[in-house]
Amino acid sequence: MRLFGLYGRTQDTLWTLIAAPAIWGVHFLFSYFYAAYRCAPNADIFASIGGTRIVVGIATVAALVLIGLVFRRAWVEWQAKGGTVRHDRDTAEDREHFLEFSTVLLAALSFVAVAFDVMPVLLIGDCR
Amino acid sequence: MNVLHAIAGLLLLLLLSACTGAQSAFDTGGVEAERVLGMFWIMVVGAAVIWIFVIGLSCYVTRVSPRAVDDRIGIRLIIWGGCVFPTLVLAGLLFWGLGMMPELRRPADGPTIAVSGERFWWRVAYDVEGGPGVVRNLPPGGVPSANEIWLPVGQRSTILLGSPDVIHSFWAPSLAGKMDAIPGRVNRLVMEPTRTGVYNGVCAEFCGEAHAQMGFRVVVVSEQEYAAYVRAQAAPAAVTQGPGVDLFLRNGCAACHSVRGTTADGQIGPDLTHVASRRTIGAGLLPTTPENIAAFIRSTDHVKPGVEMPSFGMLPEAEVTAIAQWLGSLE
Ligand code: HEC
Ligand SMILES: [Cu+2]
Repeated sequence: MRLFGLYGRTQDTLWTLIAAPAIWGVHFLFSYFYAAYRCAPNADIFASIGGTRIVVGIATVAALVLIGLVFRRAWVEWQAKGGTVRHDRDTAEDREHFLEFSTVLLAALSFVAVAFDVMPVLLIGDCR
Repeated sequence: MNVLHAIAGLLLLLLLSACTGAQSAFDTGGVEAERVLGMFWIMVVGAAVIWIFVIGLSCYVTRVSPRAVDDRIGIRLIIWGGCVFPTLVLAGLLFWGLGMMPELRRPADGPTIAVSGERFWWRVAYDVEGGPGVVRNLPPGGVPSANEIWLPVGQRSTILLGSPDVIHSFWAPSLAGKMDAIPGRVNRLVMEPTRTGVYNGVCAEFCGEAHAQMGFRVVVVSEQEYAAYVRAQAAPAAVTQGPGVDLFLRNGCAACHSVRGTTADGQIGPDLTHVASRRTIGAGLLPTTPENIAAFIRSTDHVKPGVEMPSFGMLPEAEVTAIAQWLGSLE
């Protein structure tokens, strides 16, 4: 984890916090826009979307890996300091722990959300 | 206590009586509605099992054995019971539901019917040629009708949905799920009725003042009857001469309404060529009788507030009656 900052730990900010949901959002918009774009004007609803499925598949793997990395970083740092869930003192350290823990939760949520978002592409093979 | 029992019984009765009928998703007459109902029951049973477990557990820890629970156990319960388990259940349900869609929307071999949601009625055209898509409108042509859609039983009919004004939603709960009618795009719904009969449908997307009175009927008949019906709808009106016709034309009704066989060719309102062959007027609002037609003409904004048709209350009673008599004879 040296990669992410000095002393083997990153300064958590609101940016690190929203990284995973942001990846989820970008992935969601990309997938849906791209499928709509490839099917437009949607005159042939039974046209197969094989290529689109592959592209979305690649985007999904990328998104899941990135969210996984965010999760791992936050998890390691959070665990390194005990992995406790209560951080309500008014100190820089508690804020840091709070952000790490929140990042862990948000990353897990984003991971599941991305998986749910792509489910249609697994099951629906044309422009309907 | 007896009063309470009576009230409970009455409520139960009301609840059960709501489960049958022409507009009930519990009283299915179409393939898609059957699938949805099956899914509903499985989800109800699943939800009941989970509910009993959760309530049972909370009774256990608060009543039967109320003592402090170890923090670790609590957190484990939250993670497995509150996060992992619901996620897996939802993933399973999503996968199952999505898996049904391609099958329900597969190519249809029955007739193609265009249905346009318009504030506050449904324009219908049988046997149109065209398909769904974005940045487009419903295909023109076809045999015009309104507020009543006939379908051949056992066939997969394509309903193409569009709208010239705002978003509406086409929903006949006994037959299929709902589908939006959206301006500037054509949506496709496949209906596969399994049993003949008359079903109710509604607009399921708020669209303005008379939204709640924007209903329709779906009449499911045999294939032969369907063909005969469309042929009859394509023919000109049964009566194209007489005082009713003259008054209709003289009072400007023709600016908005068509009656094929006369010079009336307005396109704003429903085609009235065979208005008396339809079960209702005003989009499912009133049974089609000369009296109701007269009431609709005389006090449109009272019978159905918000519609695009002006009231003709200033017309002499006799004229309204003559027009209504004529329209009432157009089977
Ligand atoms: C400004 C256009 C306009 C004019 C003029 C007009 N109508 Fe209408 N009419 C409509 C519209 C729109 C509807 C659909 C109302 C609804 O249900 O939302 C309608 C509905 C009807 C219906 C019910 C049809 C059905 O199947 O539900 C009848 C009957 C009718 N009009 C008769 C008349 C007569 C008779 C006149 C002349 C005295 C007339 N209309 C003039 C626009 C017009
Ligand atoms: Cu509507």
